[in-house]
Amino acid sequence: MSEVQYKVAKTVREAASLMAAAKGKGRILAGGTDLLVQMKAGVVTPGVIIDVKKIAEMTTIVETKGSFRIGAATAAAVIGEHKKLKKAWPGVVEAINLIGSTQVQGRASAGGNLCNASPAADSVPALVAAGAVVSIQGPKGKRQVPVEKFNSGPGKTTLKPGEIVVSLTLPRRPPKSGDAYLRLIPRTEMDIAVVGCGVSLTMKGDTCVSARVSLGAVAPTVLLVEGAAKALTGSKLDAKALDAAAKACSAVCRPIDDKRGTIRYRTKIAGVLLKRAAEIAKDRANGIARQGH
Amino acid sequence: MARIHVTTTINGQPTEFLCDANQTLLDVLRDQLGLTGSKEGCGSGDCGACSVTIDGRLVCSCLVLAPETEGAKIGTIEGLASGEKLHPLQKKFVEFAALQCGICTPGFLIASKALLERNPDPTETEVRYWLAGNLCRCTGYDKIVRAVLDVAAEMKETAK
Repeated sequence: MSEVQYKVAKTVREAASLMAAAKGKGRILAGGTDLLVQMKAGVVTPGVIIDVKKIAEMTTIVETKGSFRIGAATAAAVIGEHKKLKKAWPGVVEAINLIGSTQVQGRASAGGNLCNASPAADSVPALVAAGAVVSIQGPKGKRQVPVEKFNSGPGKTTLKPGEIVVSLTLPRRPPKSGDAYLRLIPRTEMDIAVVGCGVSLTMKGDTCVSARVSLGAVAPTVLLVEGAAKALTGSKLDAKALDAAAKACSAVCRPIDDKRGTIRYRTKIAGVLLKRAAEIAKDRANGIARQGH
Repeated sequence: MARIHVTTTINGQPTEFLCDANQTLLDVLRDQLGLTGSKEGCGSGDCGACSVTIDGRLVCSCLVLAPETEGAKIGTIEGLASGEKLHPLQKKFVEFAALQCGICTPGFLIASKALLERNPDPTETEVRYWLAGNLCRCTGYDKIVRAVLDVAAEMKETAK
């Protein structure tokens, strides 16, 4: 007979105190698409499984003055069906909707994708480019941290004992803004990114006035690429600016070398995806509908 | 340790069961409730053979803990036909030979039904992407995709 306990938390505070009381043996159950697989593989053996899907704050999307708060355990399929969110942040929603199959989408969440801390997580680069902020509840209260500072390595987060991720907040969009996330996989569906790239930018006339660029699967954590953002900002996103930004992307890559992609290949592709994602984000900022991923 | 008492509705029938904290819904369906139509392929959410719906949402029952389904409405392959009368998808799968060994078939049927409920007139690409999480090692998928598209076409014809 297993020793594991299953508990349903009704509030964020209750979830955090259950987590603290579990003394490192607690695991948050959002969609479970990583947790259950890891439990079966024997990689994790929780003492207490804390289900947070009965907590409204963690399973809903709330818009306040143009800013969106996405509950950390909101199913990807629910996020994909949110028309206003999709209109404001098509790149973020498309990235979240790339996680796994239709079945996995019915359960998997952005909070779970973040806490699983894979360097190749699809939603994370898009959230980093978007400037999303993670809301965390712990035994000592709440704190917030930018998404790019949340993970510390493959499978590792900066959560302290007893802390849980409650929600992700996307900032209000200035007019003429657009975002995009592209990933490279050897097949068309159901695969893990060899490289992922997120771009979010704002245009004024035909000039890019602000940009954020991120890369996934090319370093131990998802990277915010400030050099690439600098190359795009103030430019008309012409070939010269895109080349410079692509170079900045390749320059920060520290990828692994494996059967799915060599170091050289991943480093080159990072720049290629940046150019393509920037074009899509620009068109979207200009109100031109573009197929993303 | 005390087992957990769960009350659900499965294929419209109020159902109660006892389970362990770490038992999956698939294990309870198959081993305790005798609903063996849902298959265990991979047990890790990759193959879709265990597909069911929970409150109308398509999921892999191998990636759901049984206690999570308290108060939920679960739909399994056993609820597809009404008595002897096959669901149009089941009929079409037989007609198009969209199955060979049959292990993946319950999952494909549940997933296809969930698709047509949301999108009654899908394109071939939409069908293929929707069903990307259901693996079949026999048919090569083409017959399955055609069967689903044909059901959709028939539904459209009937609606006229």
